[in-house]
Amino acid sequence: MEEKRHTSSHYERELQEVKEGLLYLGALTEKAIEQAMGSLLERDSALARRVIAEDERIDTLDMELEERCIKLLALRQPAARDLRFITTAIKINGHLERIGDMAVNIAQKAIALNDEPQLKPYIDLPRMAEITRGMIQKSLDALVRDDCALANEVRQEENTVDCLNDQIFRELLTFMMEDPRTIHRALLIMQISKNLERIADHAKGVADMVIYMVTGHSVRHQYPECPDRNA
Amino acid sequence: MVNQEDRIIIRTENVNFYYGEFQALTDVSMAFETNRVTALIGPSGCGKSTLLRLLNRMNDLIDGCRVEGRILFEGRNIYEPDVDPVEVRRRIGMVFQKPNPFPKSIFNNITYGPRLAGVSGKADLEALVERSLRQAVLWDEVKDILGQSAMMLSGGQQQRLCIARALAMKPDILLMDEPTSALDPISTAKIEELIEELKKTYTIIIVTHNMQQAARVSDFTGFFYLGKMIEFNVTEKIFTKPDMKQTEDYITGRFG
Amino acid sequence: MTTTAIRYRYIKQTVFFGLVRLSAFILALALGGILAYIIVHGISALSWEFVTQPPREAMTKGGIMPAIVGTFYLTVGAIAVGLPLGIVSAVYLTEYARQGPVIRVIRIGINCLAGVPSVVFGLFGLGFFVVMLKFGSSILAGSLTLGFLILPTIIGASEEALKSVPQTFREASLALGVSKWQTILRIVLPTALPGILTGSILGLGRAAGETAPIMFTAAAFFTAKLPTSVFDEVMALPYHIYVLATAGTNIEETRPLQYGTVLVLILLVLGIDLVAILIRATIRRRKKW
Repeated sequence: MEEKRHTSSHYERELQEVKEGLLYLGALTEKAIEQAMGSLLERDSALARRVIAEDERIDTLDMELEERCIKLLALRQPAARDLRFITTAIKINGHLERIGDMAVNIAQKAIALNDEPQLKPYIDLPRMAEITRGMIQKSLDALVRDDCALANEVRQEENTVDCLNDQIFRELLTFMMEDPRTIHRALLIMQISKNLERIADHAKGVADMVIYMVTGHSVRHQYPECPDRNA
Repeated sequence: MVNQEDRIIIRTENVNFYYGEFQALTDVSMAFETNRVTALIGPSGCGKSTLLRLLNRMNDLIDGCRVEGRILFEGRNIYEPDVDPVEVRRRIGMVFQKPNPFPKSIFNNITYGPRLAGVSGKADLEALVERSLRQAVLWDEVKDILGQSAMMLSGGQQQRLCIARALAMKPDILLMDEPTSALDPISTAKIEELIEELKKTYTIIIVTHNMQQAARVSDFTGFFYLGKMIEFNVTEKIFTKPDMKQTEDYITGRFG
Repeated sequence: MTTTAIRYRYIKQTVFFGLVRLSAFILALALGGILAYIIVHGISALSWEFVTQPPREAMTKGGIMPAIVGTFYLTVGAIAVGLPLGIVSAVYLTEYARQGPVIRVIRIGINCLAGVPSVVFGLFGLGFFVVMLKFGSSILAGSLTLGFLILPTIIGASEEALKSVPQTFREASLALGVSKWQTILRIVLPTALPGILTGSILGLGRAAGETAPIMFTAAAFFTAKLPTSVFDEVMALPYHIYVLATAGTNIEETRPLQYGTVLVLILLVLGIDLVAILIRATIRRRKKW
């Protein structure tokens, strides 16, 4: 989409800075997820603690971005696509911040799990984490490129993650039924899985907002078809 | 179709307008709903004021201009040869960019039009003055100084007096040509508040350069560019997700 | 820049300003001189009898009352003729006429009329009003002639005044569903009237002092009685001065009378101008658009 420049280049730059801030925040959350999962897979509690400490940066950036958006709303009275961009930015900002918090949750669970022997080899969890991370990346790419198709892809992938979560739940259920001593670890793993599933939800939220920003239509509470969702 | 057909009070059909050789409006077709505020926006020289002045035949006064197409007011083309423009202007009032009260008393400013239209009798005129000034939310400020010159009122008061003066003719439609562009923010807010009140009784069509104003006061917005009506829709739609790129560029300030 | 250059420039400036001041001073001196000369010579003739008595003894004694009255009638007549005609013409030119070649020709005509020597007006008045329309030498013929003489001034002043009425007043009135004619009558003319009057009265002051247009059309060499109808001849101040100074029975002896009459005429013209200035001052104070 060919984009005309703003009459006020200052305004243009401020909008650009918000966009860049979102991308940076996205990169931080991706890194947090990667490291949190790394701490689990490598049984590295020090790394997990770093993730928890780093969350402060995400929180600070979140507040800073929100402040910028409010300032733009107050001072520039944005309209049409600028208005949609800024409201979108505020919401995406919230989603990303929550994703950061969930990475912290994962890291905390990893620390707890690392104190005990490993319950089982992790197969589906790393896959889930990979997909979720990809969803964040794609939804932010979609934001940069005003790309609805890409955003829709993200919305589809959320189903995959849901299905994986269900699968992990069933698998852990068998472990717990076989041996009650695994319950503590199984529940921790369950929570990690649940957190990843929530992250995917937020990534889908980002994608929803991108679609709103581009088309002006809200798709937030419409779910793409998923045949095996309740299977 | 943006409007509800049975609510339309005035509409333009394929209107072209020329100042001499220059074509100021090209093929403008739009409809205005009764008891609604419709805002016309667009950059200077886009034809929005020209259209406004066509609606009550104020452009008749300009030498060498020509209208094509039809403007239907309650189903009747006001540019038919047997239509009296004076009668049209009685039914379709106008408020201008700069407050322009006559150098007369406040009372006489308001009774001027009705008197010439045949209203007489002290009691009738006094009632009319009070009613008009109340509608324009000016009564409390001027009720004790009705005999004084309108020229001594503040700019904002003068503009509300001009609105009261137009209302005294009991028009069906009120045209407003950038009515707040010469006023300070407080006076502007008062006029905007007034517009909100007036649309219960009148149909209002307002030309404004202030896009936030259009967004605040209007139900429908038409965007004009280079003599063409680019987009006409519900105001909320125009300001959140306009259909046309030109509209979007204009209202986000990416123009020219 | 060198000091000499600056000094040179300074000198040039001083000299130039000096010259400008000098010419302004000469102008004031000339005006003051004329006034002083007339006052010195004429003041002795001025008395209550002088302005209330008719001339006696072949105009070598007595007053100039008939001439004052005659000038007054002629002036009022001129304004009665010139003002309505001038205002109506100006309204046509500014409000109704479509600007085009015809209007341009009419305007040029009006400007030419303003440049026509007053004696030509006098001859025209003689030929047309006095002889052809058989008005004879009378207040009517003289008023008509003077009225035509000041017509260009009145049209010019009225056009200016009408143009200075803000367009927004016209628009406001028309937008209220008031016809164009009513708008002109009720809004435009009342607003422009003080301006029209100021300009017209200034023109009138000039007409009151004219000799040539009235000497063939209205002015009597001598008549002691006051006019009873518009078909009567009258004495007039400018013509009386002319007569005393060129064709009197005893020119040298009546010098004080001549200066006295001049003084009265000047006071009259200045008085008329004063009225115009007062009207203008009042509008300026009231005007706020």
